[in-house]
Amino acid sequence: MQTFDLEAQDLRALNTALHAQAETLSQANWEVVNAKGSHAIAVGLDAPIEVTVKGSTGYYCAGMNSQAKVHVHGSAGPGVAENMMSGTVIVEGDASQYAGATGHGGLLVIKGNASSRCGISMKGIDIVVHGNIGHMSAFMAQSGNLVVLGDAGDALGDSLYEARLFVRGSVKSLGADCIEKEMRPEHLEILADLLERAGADAKPEEFKRYGSARKLYNFDVDNASAY
Amino acid sequence: MCGIVGLFLKDRSLEPRLGALLTDMLVTMTDRGPDSAGIAIYGGEAAGSAKLTVQSDDPQTDFATLAEELGSVIDAAVSGAVKDSHIVLTLPADKVAAARQALPELRQGVRVMSTGAAMEIYKEVGLPRDVAARFAVSQMSGSHGIGHTRMATESAVTTLGAHPFSTGLDQCLVHNGSLSNHNALRRKLRREGIHIETENDTEVGAAYLTWKMQTGSSLGEALKSSLEALDGFFTFVVGTKDGFGVVRDPIACKPAVMAETDQYVAFGSEYRALVNLPGIETARVWEPEPATVYFWNH
Repeated sequence: MQTFDLEAQDLRALNTALHAQAETLSQANWEVVNAKGSHAIAVGLDAPIEVTVKGSTGYYCAGMNSQAKVHVHGSAGPGVAENMMSGTVIVEGDASQYAGATGHGGLLVIKGNASSRCGISMKGIDIVVHGNIGHMSAFMAQSGNLVVLGDAGDALGDSLYEARLFVRGSVKSLGADCIEKEMRPEHLEILADLLERAGADAKPEEFKRYGSARKLYNFDVDNASAY
Repeated sequence: MCGIVGLFLKDRSLEPRLGALLTDMLVTMTDRGPDSAGIAIYGGEAAGSAKLTVQSDDPQTDFATLAEELGSVIDAAVSGAVKDSHIVLTLPADKVAAARQALPELRQGVRVMSTGAAMEIYKEVGLPRDVAARFAVSQMSGSHGIGHTRMATESAVTTLGAHPFSTGLDQCLVHNGSLSNHNALRRKLRREGIHIETENDTEVGAAYLTWKMQTGSSLGEALKSSLEALDGFFTFVVGTKDGFGVVRDPIACKPAVMAETDQYVAFGSEYRALVNLPGIETARVWEPEPATVYFWNH
C-alpha cells in the first residue's frame, strides 16, 4: 500500500504516479489522504489497481477510468466516473450532478444520493445508487443499466435510447418517450447480479423497469414532412 | 463560472473569526473567477444608528473630511472609517435619506455600495486575495457574511459589475450564472422607476428583488417569483440583517454545497471552500435542491 498525501504533494504528481502503473505495474494498492475536495483525483487510470480516497472529492474524480477500482470514502463532486470505460468506482457518500455521465462500461456504485443528471448519455456503464437521484437523470441514455433503490426526480429517462432503468421508489415524472415496461425474468436476473455486486440490500422484485417507448428516435414515415 | 461563499454563525464565539474564515473560503474559490471580488459582512449594529458604505475611485482626496462635511450638511454626528477605496459612514438612522441626497453634491462620482444597520459591502476588481487584503477582511468580525469572486460573462470587469449587489436596507445578492432576459427586464424595471446603473445581468436580478419587495413581497416571496421572472442560470445567495438564503434555478447546473453544524451554516460553490471550517468532518453536508428557497435566521 502506497499512501499519497495531497497536502504534501500535488495532484499532478499523484495522477502521474497512477498513470505510470499502466506501463509497469509496481504497486497495486494506493491510498490518497487529505482529498479535501480536490478536482480530477485518479482521472484517466488504465491499470488493474485499487485506489482508496479518504475524504470528499471535487470535480471529475475517477473520470475516464479503465480497469481500476476507485473507492471514495466521502462524497464526490460533479462528474464522478464521467466517461468511465471499465473498472469499478464506489462512493460511500453522495454524488453531485452528472455522476457516471457518458460512461461506456464498468460499475459505479453510489451509497448515498446522486443529484441531477445522473447517468446522462450513458453508453454501457452500470450505475447503482443506494439512495435517490435528481432530475433529468439518464437523459438520452443509450445503453447500460441505472439502478435506483430510492426515488427518482423529474423527467427520468428523457429522450431515452436503449438503457434500462430500474427504480424501487417513486418516480416524480417520466421524461419524453420514457415509459414503464414489463419486468421479465432476464431483467430480474440482470438486476439481481447488479444489486449483489453493488452490495445493495434489496430484492429485484421490488423494482419497476422503465425504458424507451422508441417513438422519438425511430424514423416514422408519417413525420417525413417535418424533415 | 464565479464562486460564492457564505457563512452564517449560530455560535457567537466564532464571530471574531468571521472575516478570517470567509477570506479563506473566498480565496479557495479564486480559480472559479479571478477578475473581481467582494464581500457583504453583517455586524456592529447599534440602536438608532445606520451605516452607509461608500466607494470612490479616488479615496485619498475624497474621504479625508467627508464625514465632517456630511455631518454639517445633514446636521448630525457622522463618523467615518476609511478602508482603502471604501468608507463606512455611521450616522443616525433617521438621517440616511438626507445623507444619500447630500453625498453626490459633496463628492461627485462616489457610489453608495450599501445602506443598513448591520451590513457593509466591499468590492473591487482584482484577485480575492488582493481584494480581501485591501479591506483587511480577515480582521473583521460579524454574525454572517457572503463573499463572491467573479468571472465576468455578461458585462464589463468594473467595480460596479462586481458582487455583492445591494437590494435594499441590509439586503444583498450574489449570483453564479447568467441571466438571458436581463435587457427586457431592465427596461421594464426602469419604467417602474427602479434605478439600474450598469449593463450587468445580476444588477437586474437585484433590482427585480428590490422592486418586488417595494411592492409588498417579502424576500422569500420575491425569491420565489424570481424563479418565474428570470430566465437563465442562477445560484443566488442573499443576505439579510439577521440571516441568509439560497435559491437555485430549476435546471440547477451552477454548483452549490451546504454544510451545517451546531456552530454555523455554510455555503460554497464547491466543497473545497468549506474544508477548513471547524468541525467540517462531522458536519451535515448536502446539495441544495433546484427551485427551492432556503433560509436561515437568527
